[in-house]
Amino acid sequence: MKTRKYIFSRRIDAYFQAVYEAYKFVLQFWKESFRRPFHIRELVNQCFEIGVRALPLITLTGFIVGIVFTKQSRPSLENFGAQSWLPSLMGIAIIKALGPLVTGLICAGKVGSGIGAELGSMKVTEQIEAMEVSAVNPFKFLVITRVWATTLTIPVLVFYCSFVGLLGSSLNVWAVDSSSTLTFYQNAFSTITFVDLIESIVKSIVYGFTIGIVGSFKGYNATQGTRGVGKAANQAVVSAMFLIFIEEIVIVQIFRWIRFF
Amino acid sequence: MDKLKQHFINREEEVISIKDLYKSFENLDVLKGINFSLYKGENVAILGKSGTGKSVLIKIIVGLLKPDKGHLQVLGKEVNTLSKRELDALRLRIGFSFQSSALYDGMNVYQNLAFPLRMNLKNLSKKDINLAVERVADAVSLKDKLSQMPSDLSGGQRKRIGIARTLILKPEIMLYDEPTAGLDPITSTEIIELINQVQHRFNTSSIIITHDLTCAKCTSDRIAMLLDGKFSKVGTFDEVFETNDNQIKEFFNYNFM
Ligand SMILES: Nc1ncnc2c1ncn2[C@@H]1O[C@H](COP(=O)(O)OP(=O)(O)OP(=O)(O)O)[C@@H](O)[C@H]1O
Ligand SMILES: [Mg+2]
Repeated sequence: MKTRKYIFSRRIDAYFQAVYEAYKFVLQFWKESFRRPFHIRELVNQCFEIGVRALPLITLTGFIVGIVFTKQSRPSLENFGAQSWLPSLMGIAIIKALGPLVTGLICAGKVGSGIGAELGSMKVTEQIEAMEVSAVNPFKFLVITRVWATTLTIPVLVFYCSFVGLLGSSLNVWAVDSSSTLTFYQNAFSTITFVDLIESIVKSIVYGFTIGIVGSFKGYNATQGTRGVGKAANQAVVSAMFLIFIEEIVIVQIFRWIRFF
Repeated sequence: MDKLKQHFINREEEVISIKDLYKSFENLDVLKGINFSLYKGENVAILGKSGTGKSVLIKIIVGLLKPDKGHLQVLGKEVNTLSKRELDALRLRIGFSFQSSALYDGMNVYQNLAFPLRMNLKNLSKKDINLAVERVADAVSLKDKLSQMPSDLSGGQRKRIGIARTLILKPEIMLYDEPTAGLDPITSTEIIELINQVQHRFNTSSIIITHDLTCAKCTSDRIAMLLDGKFSKVGTFDEVFETNDNQIKEFFNYNFM
């Protein structure tokens, strides 16, 4: 008889099984990444694919976040008579926090789910096995290229998103305070340190890797036919977002220690 | 449409030899002691109900699945002891046509056909690849579809492109997983003719998995019935057809209904 305790222990079992599988997947990624053959052309294709897929939404969101955040922050600063600090605040907020996080979450939704769905459908329609029997290593051709593509492309997108965000912010400042845009950027960048930039880059690389590896892992291990494809895409987004939030906290904390020393 | 026996079967040379092969999934025993030989130049049809493990068997032959125990030699090599590189070398000599065609749906037909070549023969020029692609596309008479995406093809065309993609590396063994399933009789006939042509033109040995008796009769030199995880009857179509075994009779009667 299946008691509740039995079902519970099976769940825990399955959970650790999944964690172990994920660990093996990441290990395989690092092991095979630096071994021939390298599919450079596929890697470049994937980078473009990711860029094209995510760019419109990132432009829109980055811009709007820039404007809205500036609008919302202004009254609070005005209360302290500190509205001249607005550009610096926006610089810090967008470059250190909003740019990476917004890009990460959007790419988890657009790119991660895309990779999950694509590899998932390749898995359940036997395309991955077809690659294997034609003596091509599907892990190298599909997974390694995609994970490197997200790891390399998402930092660029983060940079772009921050740029668009600052643009939106500066437009708002210019429209409301009619101050010069040049002064805005001077102020915005004045408080950004080298370590801040490094922090932002580290974050974006980690998010990129997370999105690629989670999407690939979920897709590559999809089962149960077409239903499995939807599930893989969905889980790719949920897991990637969850991990990104955790990574955000951890990285911010680590960089606080770094600055402290 | 009976099979023309023009080809030469060499009964001395086994290209696939299976001895006492077992395979189970968790608590489901699928294959329970398979013994089987495929000879050079021969086509063998494997018949059996859905879920008896036909696909599992040929996936074991190309090393996609590992058997629990038993011996399996393909082209003189013990498949389960091969290193990854040796296994890849062996796989290049085997063509595998999937039940679902398994065309790469992110690539067009040309790219699908060129993929095995581009990946495995790095120093091939663009012209050589073009030539090879056109040759196999011609062999399946779909030369005019090269620029289309797989999703724009009909089921029969997808099957044919799938077969063409495996032919491009000039395999010595062809494994067809239900080549005529889900196709209308006319398209089936085309595929059947294609399978026979492949045998003659490329001098391959083949295993054809099928539910379709016409396909089995027209393409194969021998037939093997898979029942309860074992080959219960192996022989020519007529030999197997005239059996007294009730389960086999049931299968045939059901198919002719
Ligand atoms: N990877 C797998 N994991 C678990 N069970 C599997 C796996 N592959 C196949 N099976 C099981 O093995 C049995 C045989 O499957 P198989 O696909 O070989 O059937 P088949 O004879 O090809 O049937 P069909 O004619 O419908 O294609 C099925 O019961 C299936 O559920
Ligand atoms: Mg099958």
